[in-house]
Amino acid sequence: MKIKSESKLNWFYSAGLTKKILIAVVLIWFCLLIVLPFFGIVKACFENGADKFFSALMVPEARHAFILTMIISIIAIAFNTVFGVILAIVLVRYRFRGTSFFEGLVDLPFAVSPVVAGFMLIILFGKDGWIGQFFEMHQIKIIYAFPGMVLATLFVTLPFVAREIIPVLKEFGIQQEEAAYILGASRWQTFWKVTLPSIKWGLVYGMTLTMARSIGEFGAVLVVSGNIIYKTQTSTLHIHQSFTDFNYAGALSGAIALAMISFLILTGMQFINERR
Amino acid sequence: MKLYQNSRMKNNKMNRTAQKKDGYVLQGISLFYTGFLIILPVLAITVKAFQGGGCNLWENITLPQASHALILTFAVAAIMVIINVITGTATAWVLVRYRFPLKNLMNSMIDLPFAIPTVVTGVMLVVLYGPKGLIGGFLEHNGMQIIFEKPAILLALLYVTFPFVVRSVQPVLLEMERDMEEAAKTLGATPSKIFFKIVMPTLTPAIITGAALSFSRAMGEFGSIAIVAGNIPFKTQVASVYIYGELESNNQQGALGVSVFLLLCSLFILILLNIIKNKKRTNEN
Repeated sequence: MKIKSESKLNWFYSAGLTKKILIAVVLIWFCLLIVLPFFGIVKACFENGADKFFSALMVPEARHAFILTMIISIIAIAFNTVFGVILAIVLVRYRFRGTSFFEGLVDLPFAVSPVVAGFMLIILFGKDGWIGQFFEMHQIKIIYAFPGMVLATLFVTLPFVAREIIPVLKEFGIQQEEAAYILGASRWQTFWKVTLPSIKWGLVYGMTLTMARSIGEFGAVLVVSGNIIYKTQTSTLHIHQSFTDFNYAGALSGAIALAMISFLILTGMQFINERR
Repeated sequence: MKLYQNSRMKNNKMNRTAQKKDGYVLQGISLFYTGFLIILPVLAITVKAFQGGGCNLWENITLPQASHALILTFAVAAIMVIINVITGTATAWVLVRYRFPLKNLMNSMIDLPFAIPTVVTGVMLVVLYGPKGLIGGFLEHNGMQIIFEKPAILLALLYVTFPFVVRSVQPVLLEMERDMEEAAKTLGATPSKIFFKIVMPTLTPAIITGAALSFSRAMGEFGSIAIVAGNIPFKTQVASVYIYGELESNNQQGALGVSVFLLLCSLFILILLNIIKNKKRTNEN
């Protein structure tokens, strides 16, 4: 204990000059770039009084947009949980010819611009698209409607869960699963009682990342949604619209609400990381 | 005994066929899902792009407004990468090697740009650096404008890509043995020599990975730039905003060229990252 407090006090004196300068420079850069904007927005928001902030937050358009964001986020988390686990299991356990190509493919949504992603979905699922034509015949609208927004969110969040689980599965190996088999467990039982507990925290972390990204997704959803108020406007689209309409109070309150949510998610991620 | 063995063998065989069957089902599901969401959209845009012939595509890209947007995007991204490589490596270094107050808090806040929606980033930057903002007001007083000008694009990119280099360099630094550095020190090498001859070669792959990740993110960044840059053609309009503008004015053909170009660049970066990863894997073996 004593050593700890001593070293805490002495960090400054014991450090060489380069060390001091380097620490100072990094801290200043980090504060200016990352921390200050966050506090700036909090300050700006409450400058005009808290009730103004809440009233801007409670505008029906904003509320509707927020509910839509939450629905899409929940759907994205559900899909990614199921398909992410399956993808990871296939990529680790059932390797086939072309697996490495497939693995690269899973990373593609990280590298592609969200606007380009949305554009690709429009081409495929739009009125004249290969798949869109089919749905058009059955009078189901995908692009400029809710299904398109879900598809766009699913596209950009596809890698998160799989990417988190793959290394865990690789490290876990198959010995325990084999032991479960030999002891007579069915394949379902093995999955629920052996595989799933081992990948649990990786899965939860991936789900958290999916949640953060699906709440914050803007470009892809904007392109495919058509941005219709009360219909296809999510929270991020609402903030953007308020900003371009010079409704700064609306943009600020929405931005701060989402920033708070992301901060909570980040704290959750930290918590999960400590558990792992 | 024999009977037992027999039944066990049979059991094993059944298990294996069941496993194979499961494998096919799971592979089928994953292929269907990724095919639906990734392969088909990429195929669709490629086919559509080359329907009009490659010349058409090239014409799209070389339109003055499109090429200006592309050049601006790549120029700002390049400046961002240079700054990020330096600050990111320094941040990772400080976080791993030194102890100072608030270190843990800083370490956990590095990921903040990943968690915050890009639109919110844009609004935050406008609040702080805009003409009425804390820093923006001061700069405005001295005749400098950031928001709705080119520096705003750089600022937004620096914010959203900050964690990439830090997070790819940090684990390598943590794992690095320090005896080589100490040996060099006892042999009389200067600190800068130690850094460039011993530390840098180990860090280089991680730095390149981080740089490539931030570059690909910068190429496609949309939300924060759309808010911060003002998006004036020939001035502050970047590639992704150009694509969005073309789509808004219902000119899909015009958006195709730049989109395909960005897509190709993303693919190129993905391949580069895979090469680095494989090299690392073979080195470890």
